[in-house]
Amino acid sequence: MTGDLDTDVAVLGAGPAGGNAALGAARAGLRVALVDEQQDAGGQVWRAKGKAIRAAPETPESRAGSQLRALIAASAVDHLADTRLWQIERHGPAWRLGLLQGGEPVQLTARALVVASGAREFVQPVPGWTTPGVLGLAGATALLKRDMVVPGAATIVAGTGPLVFFTAAEIRRLGGHVQAIVTPNTRADWMRALPAMLVRPDLLARGARWMADLALSGVPIHWGHALSRVIGEDRVVGAEVHPLDSDWRPAGPVREIAADSLCLGNGLVPSIEAAQLAGCPIRHDPALGGWVPDADDEGKTPVDGLFVCGDGAGIRGAAAAAYQGSLAGQGVARFLGAQVPGIGPRHLRRYRRAAAFGRAMTALSAPRPGLSSLIDDATVLCRCEGVTSGALRQAIAAGATSANATKSGLRCGMGPCGGAYCQTAVTRQIAVSTGRSEGEVPPPTARPPLRPVPLGGLAGDIAYEDLPIPKPAPL
Amino acid sequence: MIRLIPDQSRRIRRTAEVTFWFDDAQIPAHEGEPVATALLRAGQLRLRDAPTVAEGASAARGLFCCMGACQECAVEVDGAVVEACRLEAVEGLRVRSLGRGA
Repeated sequence: MTGDLDTDVAVLGAGPAGGNAALGAARAGLRVALVDEQQDAGGQVWRAKGKAIRAAPETPESRAGSQLRALIAASAVDHLADTRLWQIERHGPAWRLGLLQGGEPVQLTARALVVASGAREFVQPVPGWTTPGVLGLAGATALLKRDMVVPGAATIVAGTGPLVFFTAAEIRRLGGHVQAIVTPNTRADWMRALPAMLVRPDLLARGARWMADLALSGVPIHWGHALSRVIGEDRVVGAEVHPLDSDWRPAGPVREIAADSLCLGNGLVPSIEAAQLAGCPIRHDPALGGWVPDADDEGKTPVDGLFVCGDGAGIRGAAAAAYQGSLAGQGVARFLGAQVPGIGPRHLRRYRRAAAFGRAMTALSAPRPGLSSLIDDATVLCRCEGVTSGALRQAIAAGATSANATKSGLRCGMGPCGGAYCQTAVTRQIAVSTGRSEGEVPPPTARPPLRPVPLGGLAGDIAYEDLPIPKPAPL
Repeated sequence: MIRLIPDQSRRIRRTAEVTFWFDDAQIPAHEGEPVATALLRAGQLRLRDAPTVAEGASAARGLFCCMGACQECAVEVDGAVVEACRLEAVEGLRVRSLGRGA
């Protein structure tokens, strides 16, 4: 191994939650290492502009990100950028983390661990969703925020919750053309969410402006509809759109919309693999996006010295993540016998208000059971290994009734994405096929490497003479 | 037409243009722009063919998650497999597609 680092607190993920947790712990006088895959802090939501952008108008997200990055730069936090985590081990009371920093292996030892691993997107598999030109909805926001490039000349934005409207608004801000918005949510769903949204009038007003702009500009919004099939062989040429019933099962006549690009996403799912690997028990909470690590408001878990915060602890949105990060910073400081100045009950109240808003958005975004009936037997579920829904159905019928079993039997989730883009659909199909609830079908056991790692990276530089090769047995 | 969301595309300043190779095609990019993004702008959506495909399904794959998670945009540079969405364009870079037949 080429490098060994030692710190008091290791924070995994430099988004709103991890960034603020790191800042808090550093203010308490602790040594903090902030580990993140990207060059710049901010996570997915407060993502920095890419290197190819020299100047551009600011947005609320870009301002929040710039502020966080400035605070981290001015703090004592050791920001390990461009660093991937692949392993978490416990050595006595300490944590030992296997990292790849710019491709070089580094081992980081810490007295306490804060996991702020954020969320990944659930993209409802539909026939043709692997066609080039289909982007994940959250993926499209990365393209828009980092590269300030629109997905195509005519884009269908499809999916649940507020992210469709944010994405459509950003496409329009960057000069693109939104061909249509397709969302399973109805206007009535949004009206029902309104009371919960009133706790954050600022966020409510912003969303209302997106919707009003779309209405004024004549962008068709297909409420209560789902994108049910992507048309195109080697590239997107359009999509089929179905009206849905209240369970989100396709009902009624299909229509076709021409487009050269699609953004498709159905809510966020907490990324819990790092917390799982650290030994944290998990529980199923649909109101928080699915399986979440067991933790209190301060992110304290039943595992000694392990804290979780942000969307990785349950989908509550960026505003809540920032507050919860500070709370987790305070929690981890207390655990190590220190104190973060300035974090009090007011902070907890603000967190709870933001979390109430975020939970309302999570509820709007969560797919209802009927949506999975958009899958037919030929639909690819696991993009990496090309496993279809039909193949999964056969495996389940043959007795593979757990996520671990379909993983070892079909390699669903064994590909380079690590199951990020199939796991939710796979466990959902297992649950439906075996007559269980989703809470009765846990995700697979997390195993290292958490992220794709070149084998050369793990081994470091090998000197062949150092390898312990047993002498051949005498004949 | 009334716009509540103004078109700000003309207020974006980008780095100088460079050119890189994607197989036999010359692709213009802004220096430091992710290769996948430049390919998208150039209309090159099919970045690779998947090695494992169900019968009758298309193997064509392209940019999907844009954030280095899904690995769908994997390409080859100098013999190494890298994510095109995390690979920065520089002048003369040679990028090869994976698994695409002739």
